[in-house]
Amino acid sequence: MGALRFPVEAGHVLAFARALGAADPPGGLPGAGDAAPATFTIAAAQFDPEYPLRPRPGTPWHGSGGDAGLVTEGIGGLHAEQHFTYHRPIRVGDVLVPSTRPGEAWEKQGRSGRLRFRERITEFRDEAGQLVVTARSVSVQREAS
Amino acid sequence: MTAQASRRGAAALRAGELAVGQTFETVVVTDLKRTQIVQYAGASGDYNPLHTDEVYATMVAGYPSVFAHGMLTMGLTGQAVAGLVGTESLLRFGVRFTAQVWPGDTLTVRTSVTRILEGDGGPVAEFSVSTMALSATDGESREVVSGYAHARLAA
Repeated sequence: MGALRFPVEAGHVLAFARALGAADPPGGLPGAGDAAPATFTIAAAQFDPEYPLRPRPGTPWHGSGGDAGLVTEGIGGLHAEQHFTYHRPIRVGDVLVPSTRPGEAWEKQGRSGRLRFRERITEFRDEAGQLVVTARSVSVQREAS
Repeated sequence: MTAQASRRGAAALRAGELAVGQTFETVVVTDLKRTQIVQYAGASGDYNPLHTDEVYATMVAGYPSVFAHGMLTMGLTGQAVAGLVGTESLLRFGVRFTAQVWPGDTLTVRTSVTRILEGDGGPVAEFSVSTMALSATDGESREVVSGYAHARLAA
């Protein structure tokens, strides 16, 4: 599953840009139509109701608390590659509609076992249905040999 | 040739200002703090405890410490590229994550002009992008991101 709608909000763009070390824009908040950082579509995770890497009420979380935590399977492996194609800039005020499909899958022998690579392609369209960003993500999971 | 990237805001570079081989270096973070990783977790929505929970990362997952999200490193790299060409001019941006980024690392983005093409919509510059992490722990410098960016240029 993914986000159904991803509103590109000024406060969210501000918080994201700050985390990347950017100075605040003049006036404090990005204005409507200002370009968001190039990697901003990754934050569509905030609008995915089932995103597994966010604690949710009533669902066990795998971080530390009273003890050190648990290893949880199936959280997607590590991020190996990320590619973006910009059909136009992502702008404050856009409401993007993501749609994700699986891409290629392949395997490689690594130093400490087999590596399984998996590709996912997400198209972000605006409300008029025009493509804004195509994102291609490759994750890798290690299998003990 | 190395030039210090200046702050250009959204203004696109002009074709005449660039030559193949020209290289820009930008330090995007000095002594990466765990707090900045937490800040990125909150903004991006990726709360994987490998990045934010030292107890979990070391005792359960067996890493020497928490480490930065790949997308934090890519985002910082993208800020350097955008500072050069302007976010509005970007056509493509892609990377491979070649090593982990740890707290204490200082990240330097090296952006080099590889080609200048005449596209349908005007000139386009292609850059190779490489981000190096200088470790506070062992003093070694390693490449953490290797990729490319394509940007439209003002004629």
